[in-house]
Amino acid sequence: MVGLFLFPHGHDWLMTSRSLFLTIHIVGVACFVYIVSRRLVPLVRAERDLRFDQPLIRASRVLKFWLGQWRHPRYKFAGTLHILIFTGFILLAARAFSSLIVGINPNFVMLSGEAGHLYDIVTDYAATVVFLCMVIAAVRRLVFRPARYSVPARYGKAHTADAIFLLGLIAILMVADSLLAASHSFQRQSVETLAVLSLPWIFQIALGSASLATISVFGIVAYLVHEITFYFLLCYRPFGIQFHVETSLFSIYFAKLERGTVKPMRWGISDGQLDQVKSFGVKKFEDFTWKHILDFYSCADCGRCADNCPANAAGRPLAPRFLTIKARDYVFKHYPVFSKANNNKPLIGEIYSEDEIWSCTTCGACEEECPLLVEYIDKIVDLRRGMIDEGNVPQSLQKPLKALESRGNPYGKMERKRADWTKSPEFLQTCNVRVLDGKAKAETLYFVDSITSYDDRMQSIGRATARILKHIGEGFGILGAAEKDSGHEVRRFGEEMLFQALRDHNTNSVKASGARRIVTADPHAYNALKHDYKDVPPVEHISQVIAREVKAGKIKFTPIKEDKVFTYHDPCYLGRHNQIYDDPRSVLDAIPGLKRVEMQRSRDRSFCCGGGGLMLFYEPTEEQRMGVLRVRMAAETGANVIVTACPFCMVNIEDAIKVAGMEGKVWVVDLTELVDQQIAQQSCAEIRETAVCGG
Amino acid sequence: MNILVCVRRVPDSSENEIKLNSEGNEIERDELVYSVNEPDNYAVEEALQIRDRVGGTVTVVTVGGDEDEEVLRRQLAMGANQAVLLSDDAFSGSDGRGNATILKGFVQKGNYDLILTGVQAEDGASQVGGMLAAMLDYPFASLVNSIAVEDGKVRVSRDIEGGNREINEIDLPCVLSIQTGINEPRYVGMRGIRQVASVPIPTLGVTDIGVARATVGASAAKVKRTDYFVPELGKGAEMLNGTRKENAEKVLELVAARGGIK
Repeated sequence: MVGLFLFPHGHDWLMTSRSLFLTIHIVGVACFVYIVSRRLVPLVRAERDLRFDQPLIRASRVLKFWLGQWRHPRYKFAGTLHILIFTGFILLAARAFSSLIVGINPNFVMLSGEAGHLYDIVTDYAATVVFLCMVIAAVRRLVFRPARYSVPARYGKAHTADAIFLLGLIAILMVADSLLAASHSFQRQSVETLAVLSLPWIFQIALGSASLATISVFGIVAYLVHEITFYFLLCYRPFGIQFHVETSLFSIYFAKLERGTVKPMRWGISDGQLDQVKSFGVKKFEDFTWKHILDFYSCADCGRCADNCPANAAGRPLAPRFLTIKARDYVFKHYPVFSKANNNKPLIGEIYSEDEIWSCTTCGACEEECPLLVEYIDKIVDLRRGMIDEGNVPQSLQKPLKALESRGNPYGKMERKRADWTKSPEFLQTCNVRVLDGKAKAETLYFVDSITSYDDRMQSIGRATARILKHIGEGFGILGAAEKDSGHEVRRFGEEMLFQALRDHNTNSVKASGARRIVTADPHAYNALKHDYKDVPPVEHISQVIAREVKAGKIKFTPIKEDKVFTYHDPCYLGRHNQIYDDPRSVLDAIPGLKRVEMQRSRDRSFCCGGGGLMLFYEPTEEQRMGVLRVRMAAETGANVIVTACPFCMVNIEDAIKVAGMEGKVWVVDLTELVDQQIAQQSCAEIRETAVCGG
Repeated sequence: MNILVCVRRVPDSSENEIKLNSEGNEIERDELVYSVNEPDNYAVEEALQIRDRVGGTVTVVTVGGDEDEEVLRRQLAMGANQAVLLSDDAFSGSDGRGNATILKGFVQKGNYDLILTGVQAEDGASQVGGMLAAMLDYPFASLVNSIAVEDGKVRVSRDIEGGNREINEIDLPCVLSIQTGINEPRYVGMRGIRQVASVPIPTLGVTDIGVARATVGASAAKVKRTDYFVPELGKGAEMLNGTRKENAEKVLELVAARGGIK
């Protein structure tokens, strides 16, 4: 923006109104600083959160997720629109600031010569594109009304009016900016050529016949409108969803780096010091960490989390979006900008219901989708920790928790029966599983976990896993009675002390076994051993082992005979939380004659089957089972066999097939069971000579 | 209002496999896990809720040995103000009447407005509450599923056969036996128990509570268990092998025939 007011008629006016512009600047900036400082108050009062490590990785994530808008194209239309608006804003930022300065110092020139001209042309188009995007976005909101923007009655009123108001303000800003550019183009001795078909170009044509005096008035008015709208927007944004323009950069920089983990009970407090902590978890608003409150500010209300949330889809009283929106409404109300903070009510009962917080399966679909990397699982776990600490736990969960404490499994079964799944006569003929009790040693430990150990149906997964390990010549054993539940869901349901007791017990058992590596067929146990446990040997999921052995040629398959179509269901704790998508698929694709299709929601968009561990005991209020929705998705692809790699998925999908009335039409099988069934006979014959394997 | 809740430690029926010992008159206890008797847990929760509404204290008491301290700690973690263990060699082998006698001695040493027990112990005979009331000459209501405290009395509702309820007004002090489902007991985790680990639990014996040795223990017991059965697993199941519709009709018919549908 070069010498905006340098033509004769405007100049005097400008000199007299310079103090006006200066006043607008000072008042605008002062208001913004004040409002933001008030918004920072709850962050200062919040819990600690150690997010200042790994600056390079964090900066690279800012480049990817903020500047690169990495997740936006996951929703093609809205994503493209956002990328255009974001790019426009970035390009226009310098122009906006230079206009601000020009108001005070008319001789200010940001870029001169060719570069300046090029920048002007680019920004002329940018303003035009942003303006058009505003129109399209408004039409979408008003006419097409995508379902994910709607607000169910229980969560309050629709947010459409606010959205349209903001779109309007930005549109006004773009129009004023373009008008300014157009009026400026007449100042030169020869009228400057503007970007063809851009808004400024159109305004230039429209102003073509006007006198210089009129044009100068247009310029001044446009400038005033631009400045006032700019500052109004700046100061209005911290009152709603547009605040993400300012906060998203910080939210993304400070976003959680590790997948599959749960935040510590308190940052900076070791497990041993927990007994001195007076209150656990989040009970009142200030129990959230400052980063989690920053998340509440950053949410752009795009609805992608709720759109992907299986709990929301099943009609449970939970939508991640409103977890945030309700918290934001709460903090705006209790930390008002113009009066004193007033607050200390517990959140449960005030803005959140108990069922809402127990409804989450921690599947991670919301976090995978959020373009701003807003965290949900840690908040849910923290809220649950608060409820556990208050004794506020559904009766349906108290029994399994108590059983986990006294027996080490949620079913209350005897410890010494944990290895009974290895003792059926038919299985003993094919495989003899050793218990690593200190006398018997093995390189590899198969961590079975509770459901596979005790559930009649899931024991089949245990036996298949054992036979596969035997087949590939792995020296392995199990912990037997010395194994307790991995505690994966115990931790995610907020019972941290019980989790730590289970973890410590298992860690000692694993160490005593002398094993150097761990294999498990349960993604929940896998995630726990990998992320929640410290000081245990490296752990692999059985699908990784099978994929490796298939690749090495150690496992060969007989062809599938039946004319069936297979589809693979990604378990949340194997896929999203641990990024193991390809290994199970490569195993399936290695089976001759196996026809495999993908569900629309697969890989990182996989749809949770209903949750594992303690979630099996929870009785949610819901309209539909998640598993039923999932089975229908599989059926829609034309598949009739759902392959999964998790015992909990097996429970949920098997039940769902019955509930959906699809018995005899759709089947579910665990990857290990399928592999065990299809392993080529000749390999087994080779093994038979050397190992205890009857084939 | 000062409330006393009598609790008991029992083998948790959902977490044990009950087997007979070699003599066949007792269960094998080596691998059992114990917890507080479930209805007693509801009684403690009810006492805590009443205390939180009207003020006062909640005391939990049990008759037993050192190993019974764990259930008292759990109740302290729930929020009881104090816990007392009634333990003496002279108490061992007491029958229901003996236990009621011990509790009566303890009650008379204190000053309680309301005494709650669980409706019955999972391994018991549902007799101590009634006997205790009679020995104290207090009014008694059993199977209580709601309590409202009024001036000098309580209004309680009781389960009647067939799902009906009756409301009774009872003068204080009184003894009530509490039905499960009266409330939703709060959860007690490991942390709660750790926090009350150092709270002292006084142990009182015969002399402390002023009970005559001859009235308690095995020698005074007039009821003696002579045998114990674990039922044989029978062939109760009837398989229906028809179509879905036929099976549904058959199930309706069977349920109706047994009085399940009116």
